Amino acid sequence: MSESAKPHHPSPQVKGEKTHASDFSYVGIDAILEQMRRKAMKQGFELNIMVVGQSGLGKSTLMNTLFKSKVSRKSVQPNPEERIPKTIEIKSISHDIEEKGVRMKLTVIDTPGFGDHINNENCWQPIMKFINDQYEAYLQEEININRKKRIPDSRVHCCIYFIPPTGHCLRPLDVEFMRRLSKVVNIVPVIAKADTLTLEERDFFKQTIREELRANGIDVYPQKEFDEDADDRMINDKIREMIPFAVVGSDQEYQVNGKRILGRKTKWGTIEVENIGHCEFAYLRDLLIRTHMQNIKDITGSIHYETYRVRRLNESNAHFKSQPSDQPAVQPKANGQPEVKPSAPQANGVAAKHEVMSHEM
Amino acid sequence: MIFLCIVTFVCLSSGESGLGKSTLINSLFLTDLYSKDYPGPSQRIKKTVQVEQSKVLIKEGGVQLTLTIVDTPGFGDAVDNSNCWQPVINYIDSKCEDFLNAESRVNRRSMPDNRVHCCLYFIAPSGHGLKPLDIEFMKRLHDKVNVIPLIAKADTLTPEECQLFKKQIMKEIQEHKIKIYEFPDTEDDEDNKLIRKIKEKMPLAVVGSNVVIEVNGKKVRGRQYPWGVAEEGIFVENGEHCDFTVLRNMLIRTHMQDLKDVTNNFHYENYRSKKLAAVTCNGVDTTKTKGQLTKSPLAQMEEERREHVMKMKKMEAEMEQVFEMKVKEKKQKLKDSEAELERRHEQMKRNLEAQYKELEEKKRVFDDEKLHWEAQQRILEQQKLDASKTMEKNKKKGKIF
Repeated sequence: MSESAKPHHPSPQVKGEKTHASDFSYVGIDAILEQMRRKAMKQGFELNIMVVGQSGLGKSTLMNTLFKSKVSRKSVQPNPEERIPKTIEIKSISHDIEEKGVRMKLTVIDTPGFGDHINNENCWQPIMKFINDQYEAYLQEEININRKKRIPDSRVHCCIYFIPPTGHCLRPLDVEFMRRLSKVVNIVPVIAKADTLTLEERDFFKQTIREELRANGIDVYPQKEFDEDADDRMINDKIREMIPFAVVGSDQEYQVNGKRILGRKTKWGTIEVENIGHCEFAYLRDLLIRTHMQNIKDITGSIHYETYRVRRLNESNAHFKSQPSDQPAVQPKANGQPEVKPSAPQANGVAAKHEVMSHEM
Repeated sequence: MIFLCIVTFVCLSSGESGLGKSTLINSLFLTDLYSKDYPGPSQRIKKTVQVEQSKVLIKEGGVQLTLTIVDTPGFGDAVDNSNCWQPVINYIDSKCEDFLNAESRVNRRSMPDNRVHCCLYFIAPSGHGLKPLDIEFMKRLHDKVNVIPLIAKADTLTPEECQLFKKQIMKEIQEHKIKIYEFPDTEDDEDNKLIRKIKEKMPLAVVGSNVVIEVNGKKVRGRQYPWGVAEEGIFVENGEHCDFTVLRNMLIRTHMQDLKDVTNNFHYENYRSKKLAAVTCNGVDTTKTKGQLTKSPLAQMEEERREHVMKMKKMEAEMEQVFEMKVKEKKQKLKDSEAELERRHEQMKRNLEAQYKELEEKKRVFDDEKLHWEAQQRILEQQKLDASKTMEKNKKKGKIF
């Protein structure tokens, strides 16, 4: 093992300060960072973001602003008519983005029709079903006998929830949605179109929202219980003080003080998107991309997905116990082909799967 | 001060929470109708739509205006907003009904006009188009009240977005055949120019504020942002904006009478004909019955008198009934107490008889004893006599000594 770790290429030697003084005590473990980096560069990253909110809150614009390219559903749609669909649709659009040699597969999942109707009862159900379906697909891949080398990760890593800038308090719909979904996915609430609010109104609104989230027991990202150590807690506490971020999105450029910046030009002034004094878009971008992206993916993988997996396996176990003569429901297929059966983890879903798979044996 | 004219005006403001309705009403009428202490949406506990009215009295140059603002807190806030327009419709209908009843009376000296004269509907500035809730609400209210749609919080939109949004809204309004209020031309030319500009820019995009800020030395009502100050007012064209005074003047100074006329001649007549047709129609030709609705005042009086008499008769019958019932009750009570008295009387008599018998018994015993004692006394006396007789005999016979 120490053979492979011996520094043959220049980079770790450049990094290691002790090369001259203690050559023989330098093992070269830090070279693993370089290996990881190369592997990551080759593999690329995946990120799945879901945006949820009423129509007209600037979700698509914000996505375009975050990734500085036209990644939203509206940019891809051939026929850009603003029509509110009768039922909530889930539209998933993938893009491959590259920056400085690092490739990322970004998937933006849009939910047109959410909260737009007169009766919005249970409008969160299609969304929960979609998220659980993605977990199910990953689970199926995982329990295959012949697994793929790298399972395609279509799980929703982060859900950005757009709160309309009323300036008063959360609406019942917002509370209901966040309460249910904070248990299955990382939720990042943001105040949409924050240029509606003056700074005092914004502070008051944020305070009210934080209190309401606390009162309803809604745990948004970054969740307090998943802080690993004191450092994490300190950083995350600072973020928790600022949640929800008041954001303004724009994909138009203007010239301000000789610089080209993204912003919105109104009669009274130009709102600069990346200016921290104007809005908190920069904080959101840093959180999602620059500092916490890996953490978001880790929490999705190790906590939310594991919770789902435990629940599913327990259910199929219970089913197995109740009918000992039959085979267990979650039996992988022998031919190794992944069978994606996106069904919600209810009793009838488990039973259906069981029927389909049992005849294989 | 003598007021020459007392006018009432009722304005309904409706729309989702957080769109600045209360701020706008304060600005429009420059009154503190909704002060800082007024419980905002964050403190509203009730989950159903309420209809609340506040009155304010404005006096200006001999005219006293009783302005009633009707608010609808809770509109469109819940998860399920089906029929959230129903309380509003009920309110409007109830005011029309009050007026209808007041109008049908014989004595019409005081007829306060509390019908809703205009409805300001606030549209959220999404930039896309109308929401299903907006369309439903306006469709149901456009033939009951004058609907004036406004784009709330318009400082969110850039001028281009505002234009697009207005076009989209007008397109959708026409698509769904919603009849919003059209401001007619006035005689005054100067006013006309400004008003015509505004008319073409329906729906009006408004920005409200309760705060006075100083900008370049002059005080304006506006909103202070880090990137600039948004002045309160209405957006007319690219970047151009007018004061609220224009909207206020339109509502009160120039078009109030028109709003009231349209309410009276069109919306109220709609309501009235629908209501009365429903009441009088019983399978007969409706046009005929409609013609009979306009009776001569004498016939009306006669009918009222008959009605009055009937009412009195009914009341009399009722009172008689009540009276009878009471009498029966009283009689029953008296009977009961009589029976009670009789019973007691019987019981007392029996008691007395028993006592009497006892006493008789005692007397008999006593008599018996007395006789017995007397008999004994007689015997004793007899014995005594006998004894004395024998003693005398003895004495007479000789002295024994």
